[in-house]
Amino acid sequence: MKAGIVVFPGINRERDMAIALEQSSGVKPRMIWHKETDLSGLDLVVIPGGFSFGDYLRCGAMAAQSPVMASVRAHADRGGYILGVCNGFQILTEAGILPGALLRNAALRFLSMDCHLRVERSDTVFTARYQKGQTFRAVMAHGDGNYFADDATLDRLEGQGLVALRYTTQQGNVPLGDITKDANRNGSVRSIAGIYTPNLRVLGLMPHPEDMVDPLMGCTDGKPLFDALAAA
Amino acid sequence: MKAIVTVMLKSGVLDPQGKAIAHALGTLGFTGVHDVRAGKIIELDLAETDPAKAREAAEDMARKLLANTVIESFRVSLDG
Repeated sequence: MKAGIVVFPGINRERDMAIALEQSSGVKPRMIWHKETDLSGLDLVVIPGGFSFGDYLRCGAMAAQSPVMASVRAHADRGGYILGVCNGFQILTEAGILPGALLRNAALRFLSMDCHLRVERSDTVFTARYQKGQTFRAVMAHGDGNYFADDATLDRLEGQGLVALRYTTQQGNVPLGDITKDANRNGSVRSIAGIYTPNLRVLGLMPHPEDMVDPLMGCTDGKPLFDALAAA
Repeated sequence: MKAIVTVMLKSGVLDPQGKAIAHALGTLGFTGVHDVRAGKIIELDLAETDPAKAREAAEDMARKLLANTVIESFRVSLDG
């Protein structure tokens, strides 16, 4: 897959994302400045993490209005693949490409720590190298990762199998209730860590899989996501 | 003409900042505070002088950028 990474002012995880993508695909992704509008030739558009526009007004609110986002939306409309991580997930919800919103973490503290994620389905281009129900380790680094959507939206997401990943304990137990000390620390509704669009080609998630792709990082649990994308 | 847009989280949306503020008020000795919700105010200094048009413009800005209507509601008031 030909990949491009969108860079807004204040984004800071684009190079780690490039390392993860290049490691799995052997190809350097294209870096796309937020004022560019030509995404032709790209199969996968990645919106990485950081503090775009300083998180001013709301996380991702300004970035969602940048010139590039009209092209990102068109890319999604014609069946293109999009991966939004952390600020990228926030930007995708602000742009209306994914439903719901990311609120301030329920306990108000910025969370900079490991989490565990359960793979809800393994039949997407993102999760093809995981097993359904598998738990893997990822990293949280966010102050506003508390996923929220109204009941009608949640029922639709669940009903259509669009919940991609849930926060779990290390043993793979998804907590009842919205916030727990050992699994769902940001209070996301139904422990939702990531969601898909109906065509399963757009994935937004708050944790960082690109942090776990090299033995030097102490864990390579995120590598299967990038390997699957590279093989698609 | 100034348009003042007040943006608040919709009721039913958890407001942990409001809760933290309520807790701090309690610590300071203020009693009888049932609940606190914190929002934001955006002041727009508009060239438009017609109040109806200014209000319409401010509401459009609120819907498109200033408020995330998934989780926030807004109201507009005009000044001068």
